[in-house]
Order: sequence, then C-alpha cells, then structure tokens
Amino acid sequence: MALDKSEVEKIAQLARLHVDEAEAGEVAQRISDILELINKMQAVDTGAIEPLSHPLDAVQRLRDDEVTATNQRDRLQTIAPATEAGLYLVPKVIE
Amino acid sequence: MLANTIAELARSLRKGEISSVELTRAYLDRIGQLNNELNAFITICEDQALAQAGAADQRLADGDPSPVCGIPLAHKDIFCTRDITTTCGSKMLANFVSPYDATVVERFNAAGAVTLGKTNMDEFAMGSSNETSYFGPVKNPWDPARVPGGSSGGSAAAVAADLCAMATGTDTGGSIRQPAAFCGITGFKPSYGRISRWGMIAFASSLDQAGPLSKSAEDAAIMMNVMAGLDPRDSTSVDLDVPDYTAELDNSLQGLRIGLPRQHFAEGLNADVEQQVRDALAEYEKLGATLVDIDLPNNHLSVSSYYVVAPAEASANLSRYDGVRYGYRCDNPADLEDMYKRTRSEGFGDEVKRRILVGTYALSAGFYEAYYRKAQQIRRLVRQDFLDAFKEVDVIAGPTSPHVAFKLGAKSDPVAMYLEDIYTIAVNLAGLPGVSIPAGMSNGLPVGMHLVAGDFQEARLLNVAHQFQQHTDWHTRRPALQSGEG
Repeated sequence: MALDKSEVEKIAQLARLHVDEAEAGEVAQRISDILELINKMQAVDTGAIEPLSHPLDAVQRLRDDEVTATNQRDRLQTIAPATEAGLYLVPKVIE
Repeated sequence: MLANTIAELARSLRKGEISSVELTRAYLDRIGQLNNELNAFITICEDQALAQAGAADQRLADGDPSPVCGIPLAHKDIFCTRDITTTCGSKMLANFVSPYDATVVERFNAAGAVTLGKTNMDEFAMGSSNETSYFGPVKNPWDPARVPGGSSGGSAAAVAADLCAMATGTDTGGSIRQPAAFCGITGFKPSYGRISRWGMIAFASSLDQAGPLSKSAEDAAIMMNVMAGLDPRDSTSVDLDVPDYTAELDNSLQGLRIGLPRQHFAEGLNADVEQQVRDALAEYEKLGATLVDIDLPNNHLSVSSYYVVAPAEASANLSRYDGVRYGYRCDNPADLEDMYKRTRSEGFGDEVKRRILVGTYALSAGFYEAYYRKAQQIRRLVRQDFLDAFKEVDVIAGPTSPHVAFKLGAKSDPVAMYLEDIYTIAVNLAGLPGVSIPAGMSNGLPVGMHLVAGDFQEARLLNVAHQFQQHTDWHTRRPALQSGEG
C-alpha cells in the first residue's frame, strides 16, 4: 500500500519528527516501498498462531523490592543540555 | 605479532616476549597508520589504553590467569563507556559520555583487557554497510572501494586489518555475522539473553544481542567466556550456567549432521559464493559430518517480519532522544514541541528517521493487528522452522551473505539493503546462536559461511567452527595493507 504526503506528515507528528515539504514525496515513496516488502506477510494465514514476542517465551523476572540504586542525580545531570537546581530545563510550556 | 590470535598473544605475554604496553603501543601505531584510510575507529583512547596496559602488565607479573589480560580490544561504539565518548554512530550522541560502563565493557575491564577505542558503526546499528554512520563510512580492508558490511563494520574492519586483537559487536539482524563475512573474520552471535544488554544502546530490544568479532573461533570462545552470563540489571539475560566455551573445541565432528536449507542455496545467491561454500562444506564431510538438505519454509517471510518488529521496537526505544536529559539539543527552540521535533530531525540521519516512521506507523491506532501482531505470528513460524529442522540435524549451514562485499554507494535503495540480511535475519527472530567464519575467496574478497545451532548450543557451534579452522587456513588470510609491522 502506498502512503501519501499527508499520511507521512501524520506519522511524523506522532514520532515528533519534522519532514521537510521538499522531501515529503521521497520519504512517502521510500516508506511505501518498505511497506510493500512488509506486506508480503499478509498473504499468509496466521489465524490462531500465538504471537512470539520473546524467542524463549520468557516472562519478566521479579526481584525483592529493595533499593538497589543510589541517588546519582548530580552526576547524571552533568550531561544534560540544561539544568537548574536539580531540574531539567526545557522551553517554556505555559504562556 | 599483531595478526596473532588471543591465545597466541596470551602465551607471548606470559613468556615475556612482549609486554601489554608494547603490544598496545604497536596496535595504536598501526591504528595511527591505517585509520585515516579505513575509518574503523570513531574514538581512539591512547592514554586510557596505555594506563590499562600498564596495570595489565602488573597483573600478568602477579600471575593473572585470564587469557584476555593485557590483550588490546576495540568496542563497538554502541557499548557505553564511562569517561570515553559513546556516539552510536549518530550526531544525536556525538558528544555523549556515559555515566557508567556497559556490562560487557565492565567484564572486559575486570578481566584486564585493554580498550584501544570505539569502533565505527551504522547509526544506531541500522544498516548493513556502515554507510549510515554520521562519522562517515568504514572502508573494507580488502578493497577500500568496498563496504565492510554493517552494522558492526568498524569492529570487523579493525580485526581484519589487525588494528586490534579482538572486538565487540552487536547483532540485531546480522550485524556481527555479515561484516565478519565481508571482512574475512569470525563473527559470533550468541543466543538471545546469553550476554547482558545493559549499557548497550538499544535498537530492537527483542532482537539485539552482543557478541565477539575475532580472528578465530577459539578466540570467539575465549571472548564468550568473558562476556556471557546472567546480569541482574538486564531482565532478559538468562539464568543459565555458563560453560567453558573452550572446553569442547577439540571434540570430533564424526557423525555430525549438517542441514543445508534449500532456501539459502536458491535464486539470488552468487554462483561463485555458492561454490566456495559448497567446497567448504565438503571439508566437513572429510571430518566425518553428513550433509542433509533441509527446508526452512518460512524463511522468505523473515525480512518482512523483521522490518515490522525491529522498527516498531526502535521507534519506542529512540523516543528517549528528545533533547532533555542528554545528547543533542537543537539551537533556540521556539517551544517544547519545536525542541522535540528539531532535535530529533537534526540529530537523526535519514535511515534512522525512516525506521522510526515505519515503526510508528506499524504501532499506530488501527494498524497494530495487521502489522506488529502479524509480524510476531510470522516470527513464531520462522522459529518453528528451526525447531523442526533441529529434530533432523545438529547444525544448519549456508552462505552468510548472497555475495561478497559490495561497492560503497552501490545500494542506495533501502529495500535492496534490507534484503542483504536474507540469510541472517531469521536467526535473530528465532533467538538462536549463529556464526560466520571465513570459508573461501571470490575475486580476492572473503566469503563467509554461516553456521546456526539450537538454543544455547554455543559451545557446539564454536566446536564446529573451530574444527573447520583446524583443517583450513581461510581465517588466517589477511588483506595486503601498508604497515610497519606484521
């Protein structure tokens, strides 16, 4: 199935990506090509087959509810683009 | 000396023929001579390497028994390293210094190995040629006009060009095995869960697996002994005993049944590559193995399934790159929304953005059943093919790639690039261990043979690879490169 420019824009918005107007056509074509490859699997009747999300069908391991990590806020924030008083700074959200 | 295996270097270090500092300097010199041309390393950490080598020499003097103590290695730049930049091949992380070491890095450090630097890779491991790296493509040491494969192309090229004794990589759809094939080295992808993914930057979490790139299967076994094991910090790492992977290397292959999937010897396979692989398989017959034709009937669906599962998981994993906590942030954002969108659009390359878009589409409202669920159902069929095959045979063998290394720029169409991994992708979907070993040469370029075994049969697989290398010398072939020392 082929995607048009407006559908690409919608997906890009969901993914918080900006697609240039000039590139939108090519992006739509590339994505459509990939979807065509993917859609080969639609020919197979997978009816009641259980989806496989983990090769060994493993489930999440649980551990005791104990504190295992120490507070490293200051160290972790040294690599942030902008912080103040232990908080991450982002552009103003409320006018 | 620099072309030697880990096992050989470990003996030389203990005999005092060379120190780890001398060995480390020799590799750093060779990196200095060749890296401008090959672009295999993104970061070279000379000072840290020499400091680690000095400490390793002391440990060796004190009788440290680890075979990797004092051995120089390179880490794919997807493994977080404290105090050394970790870029993942992306502008997004071009200046990122992790606050901690990945478990794999921690284990090599604890064993006394020496980190020479971080190797180039396709951006966020998305690619089969190393051409999507923000830091430029790696050149194949056998022919600089050709790609080294990907995504662990820097690691494969570094091992092949003797810029390091060993390297780490990751394999989500063939990213260790295909570059190993293109560069003429041994590349080993363990079972899903065998090696901790903690500190390994996530691409597709249900497929990603770390593994060794090395000069021999024996070296891969030595590296596996360091890398494998349960890690409480990775809930998908398995709680299974770790055997000594070197213990079974010398076992006889008498009676071994090797399955040859008809689907891997079909249309699309280069005739000379097929001939080289068939000749290699004849070696196994001489060693007492039997070749059996088998079927993997759903193999042709594996690429389709993978290109839903991997992008879907990637779109979720890469949502964390938003310019808030670490990594790239765009200049002068107008508002929060603008910051997210411009940070991500400027920080990610085209292939990464494409996969995020595909994954977002597959997971979006109304399409989940038709794509993600369907792909996971196909994934079970693909795995079941292998389980059925392993009732008849012990290992499965075939070509790693349909052809030898291709020229830089030859595959600009994403779908053509995706089909590069036609023989390797199913193994990731099934979670099985696989290895590529050098099996011949075609027009002066290496040909890789792909071997696959059942869940957690790593020791058996390494045994099968090692026995081939005991009776052939393809793995000892090296590209002709200008160098001061050999």
